[in-house]
Amino acid sequence: MARTVQVGELPGVSPFRRTDATIAHVSREQLQSAGSAALSVEGVSHSYGLRSALKDLSFAIDPATFTVLLGLNGAGKSTLFSLITHLYATQTGSILIFDHDVGRASGEALRRLGVVFQSRTLDLDLTVMQNLAYHAALHGIGSREARLRAGEALERVALTDRMRDKARSLSGGQMRRLEIARALLHRPPLLLLDEPTVGLDVDARADILDHVHRLVAQDGVCVLWATHLVDEIGTRDDVLVLHEGRLLAHGRASKVIADCGAQDVRTAFMRLTGRERETSGVP
Amino acid sequence: MTLDIATHSQPPGFSIGQYAICLRGIVWREMLRFLHQRERFASALVRPLVWLFIFAAGFRQVLGVSIIPPYEVYVLYEVFITPGLIAMIQLFNGMQSSLSMVYDRETGSMRTLLVSPLPRWFLLSSKLIAGTAISLLQVYAFLAIAWFWEIEPPIVGYLTVLPALILSGLMLGSLGMLVSSLVKQMENFAGVMNFLIFPMFFASSALYPLWRVRESSPLLYYICELNPFTHAVELIRFALYAKLNPAALGIVAACTVVFMIGAILAYDPAHGFRARQGQTGGAA
Repeated sequence: MARTVQVGELPGVSPFRRTDATIAHVSREQLQSAGSAALSVEGVSHSYGLRSALKDLSFAIDPATFTVLLGLNGAGKSTLFSLITHLYATQTGSILIFDHDVGRASGEALRRLGVVFQSRTLDLDLTVMQNLAYHAALHGIGSREARLRAGEALERVALTDRMRDKARSLSGGQMRRLEIARALLHRPPLLLLDEPTVGLDVDARADILDHVHRLVAQDGVCVLWATHLVDEIGTRDDVLVLHEGRLLAHGRASKVIADCGAQDVRTAFMRLTGRERETSGVP
Repeated sequence: MTLDIATHSQPPGFSIGQYAICLRGIVWREMLRFLHQRERFASALVRPLVWLFIFAAGFRQVLGVSIIPPYEVYVLYEVFITPGLIAMIQLFNGMQSSLSMVYDRETGSMRTLLVSPLPRWFLLSSKLIAGTAISLLQVYAFLAIAWFWEIEPPIVGYLTVLPALILSGLMLGSLGMLVSSLVKQMENFAGVMNFLIFPMFFASSALYPLWRVRESSPLLYYICELNPFTHAVELIRFALYAKLNPAALGIVAACTVVFMIGAILAYDPAHGFRARQGQTGGAA
């Protein structure tokens, strides 16, 4: 096992533990040179009865990148996530995960996908370890391998000492870290996180964001991070701006800002969505 | 530790071993949840025992039972209603499972199951098998207590009833799963109790032989005959005495297949009720 640098115990320092061996394991270039997009959404529309939730959405995300899906509540983020995760069937268009069609080859697509949903999906009556073991079983991972991976995953998110505790006893931030660890247990190259920092305090938000950035930089995981909080976007992140079911912008955040003639992401978002004169809406 | 993210080079599909691991995981999780909910186990036992100890004792002299198959001698009313109470345990367990599916969907944890890469029909079937396994624990615990109340079927009956219990458990579980796909919220579940569980239980041969029902109301008799729960009761009744009721077996097997297909389709993102409502696996 890799030597770990424990930084979690220090006050004000991320509880996630860095692992030296993760560095340079898979290079971003190696993954991107493979050719296929991590996620490709082509001409996707979705409606609930007469209400249209997504309108002709098309974009692609490269492997080993961090992309923020930015949109207000009701923009269609969760609907898009439900389509990518095959909870809903695509009505129009297609969604490919590493070239596997979510509709036609959902098994192959889903095994390459890890998901952290907006609402907590842990089984609160089970222990931390049991939650991970259950997820491993759902991916056909045997108990011995599951124990090994779960131990490593818990070490990574600094929850080893809580492995026998019931999930219900964890704090909000710890639950989120556990959900991220769980989502990565089957080692997917694509990770979706739907508003993962909702309900967390500032420190916990920063820890989780930092940890996920490291997953991209060190492990080559492709991350799609849905949020309505503009302060979670760095200028070097890729950003997808979704508003009322339409994709308004896609590209490096710095470029989106420049294209809008704005000074920051917040202003750019306001201009794109025609809410510039409004004072509320985007935290 | 590194994240080996090379899963996109894995061979396609899943091995039989991986299916077995998934099934075992789902059964194990349901068992753990059941064991954590001790009051659920207690109430699952108390309900039929109240019927056996109180209701049956009170009605012993009122409701006479003639010699009808599979019985070869006159039997006490308690003996007669035991198969019905066993089926009642499974009926309530099936509905309890569907209630927990509605709860899981509301809390979002259903999504954990549904985003597994294994086929959805397999995931739902595994959940069904898990629910049936739990009902078997309850039934055998009930039979053990009932034995002290002089409910003593032949020893071999405890074994021969097992396949019947599995089949009837699957039928009632898949019915519950189908119902859970139709119920939008937990609050609506009280309606299920009133409009499904009670009519199914009372309009059956669980508490009285059908020849008696026919004497008093031919219409009710036909309703009882159409009720799949009646045939689950009769399948269990015969199996408990090491006998086979082919008609009941055929009807219960057919209903199991129909309900199961219905439940799987209902949870299918392309065709299901939940897809049309935009609620597959949890609120969007």
